[in-house]
Amino acid sequence: MNDIVKPENLVYSKPRLMNDNPMHYCPGCSHGVVHKLIAEVIDEMGMEENTIGIAPVGCAVFAYNYIDIDWEEAAHGRAPAIATAIKRLNPDKMVFTYQGDGDLAAIGTAETIHACNRGENIVIVFINNAIYGMTGGQMAPTTLEGMVTATCPYGRNVELYGYPLKISDLVVKLDGACYVTRQSVETAAAVKKAKKALRHAFENSMAKKGTSLVEFVSTCVSGWKMSPENANKWLQENMFAKYPLGDLKNV
Amino acid sequence: MAEEVKLMKGNEAIAHAAIRYGADGYFGYPITPQSEIMETLMEEKPWETTGMVVLQAESEVAAINMVYGGAGSGKAVMTSSSSPGISLKQEGISYLAGAELPALIVNVMRGGPGLGTIQPSQADYFQTVKGGGHGDYRLITLAPASVQEMADFVKLGFDLAFKYRNPAIILADGIIGQMMEKVVLPPFQPRLTDEQIRAARPWAATGKTKNRKRNVITSLELDPARMEENNIRFQAKYREIEKNEVRYEEIGCENADYLIVAFGSMARICQKAQELARAEGINVGVLRPITLWPFPSEIISHYADKVKSMISVELNAGQMVEDVRLAVNGRVKVEHFGRLGGIVPTPDEVVNAIKEKLL
Repeated sequence: MNDIVKPENLVYSKPRLMNDNPMHYCPGCSHGVVHKLIAEVIDEMGMEENTIGIAPVGCAVFAYNYIDIDWEEAAHGRAPAIATAIKRLNPDKMVFTYQGDGDLAAIGTAETIHACNRGENIVIVFINNAIYGMTGGQMAPTTLEGMVTATCPYGRNVELYGYPLKISDLVVKLDGACYVTRQSVETAAAVKKAKKALRHAFENSMAKKGTSLVEFVSTCVSGWKMSPENANKWLQENMFAKYPLGDLKNV
Repeated sequence: MAEEVKLMKGNEAIAHAAIRYGADGYFGYPITPQSEIMETLMEEKPWETTGMVVLQAESEVAAINMVYGGAGSGKAVMTSSSSPGISLKQEGISYLAGAELPALIVNVMRGGPGLGTIQPSQADYFQTVKGGGHGDYRLITLAPASVQEMADFVKLGFDLAFKYRNPAIILADGIIGQMMEKVVLPPFQPRLTDEQIRAARPWAATGKTKNRKRNVITSLELDPARMEENNIRFQAKYREIEKNEVRYEEIGCENADYLIVAFGSMARICQKAQELARAEGINVGVLRPITLWPFPSEIISHYADKVKSMISVELNAGQMVEDVRLAVNGRVKVEHFGRLGGIVPTPDEVVNAIKEKLL
């Protein structure tokens, strides 16, 4: 057994910037994978000492416990405003927000739109799992039509609750946004693509190209009440139809 | 070199003083009667001289969170607004206090509640000194009574904020913001360099270097035992501020028979009322709290043993009077006189109130 533990046989290792704190995320949740990708990209860009992350309110509120960089924890929805100030006051730093759908597309819609419209040189990482995870599975602005949540227990009825908000499509229209893309992390191939997208976004921010928004169409196994495997399948069959993957804007 | 005396509005003095202090950033949203602060900053273009960032935000909520972000990165940052806008900032102010971030906030008060009026008021006293946002926190509160103090309190506010890692607020009103007076602006001092900030503010999120653990700016602590510890630490800090930072002005208080307690623009009007009352043989002193929190309770308590009665004169329905009464603790009568909703009383009205309520 020990014979095969050689550097040349190494196919995977934990990213250097991920620490050993036990993760609070549910098994099968997309957050862990996206965290890992961010940690890898920061490390590969050599920006460990020059990156400041802004954590949201929601499941990722504890993002600062896992990636070994400096962080600021935002009030609900305000991460893009906080990132704006940090980046403007510290233009040589790499600044990103990490936000869920409630944070970014409900309570923080104004901050999202205006930071992107000003073309702040930041990266916005957007986890869209169509539900509020942390508070126990309530309806999100991105909840699909007919989808059952704790606050739309009979399914999202658009007459009552309005339509799923495709906020990335809105951001595309803003002149300050240079890169808007939808990615996912439910397969190895998707993870690889997503990492490239993240890297591109972070490079944009340092090249002062404007705001990059990387949406991850994600799973929430607990909120959706599904096994990780079924959640991935449901993601592909239902979420991708409403939130199609790929670059929406890349200038 | 002779002192350079200028004539300007209180709001303009705030802007000039911020640039001269070496502030790193201002984030605001227009609202009457304080818009000249951001207008003056934009006109001065300090980003071309000192490197100060000035940004008009999409809302007061965004502006105070920009302040949170900038303060968390160790920078000297500020915002300003007027009453309705300050209400919007309360969430962010609570987060600043909870994350122990230094920052300067300016409230040029107008009449409320609601959209109210654009005329001067002091009705945000409770909001400012008793909390405003959620949780057990305190705001270092400076009440300027002149354009000179508007200029001077920028440095004082920033210095106290950094000394205690706590937000500070300049609680002015529409009169002080809008009136023009002579002012000697403070001297220019350079902004701190990033190296100086790293050394002076090792807690800040400035990018994690190899020789230290990551810095996390947060007010969150889900473990109640640790959250209680945090609160106990905050309270100890507040007691320290109460011990060290009380500021007030006594105007003819020695041997006075009656005491007026008044802050900000109202204290100026009360000084005229004091003159008029004395001309009629009523010996009145004026005690002007400069810090509203920490409140000058001790000196008021001192005068409770000396005067026959006191009156708290405020542009509100009776807010600071509660703190005066707490300090006096029933030893002498404490009355209140105020005008509401943007009406400012004349000195004569104050004298009449003294005659009616105290004599």
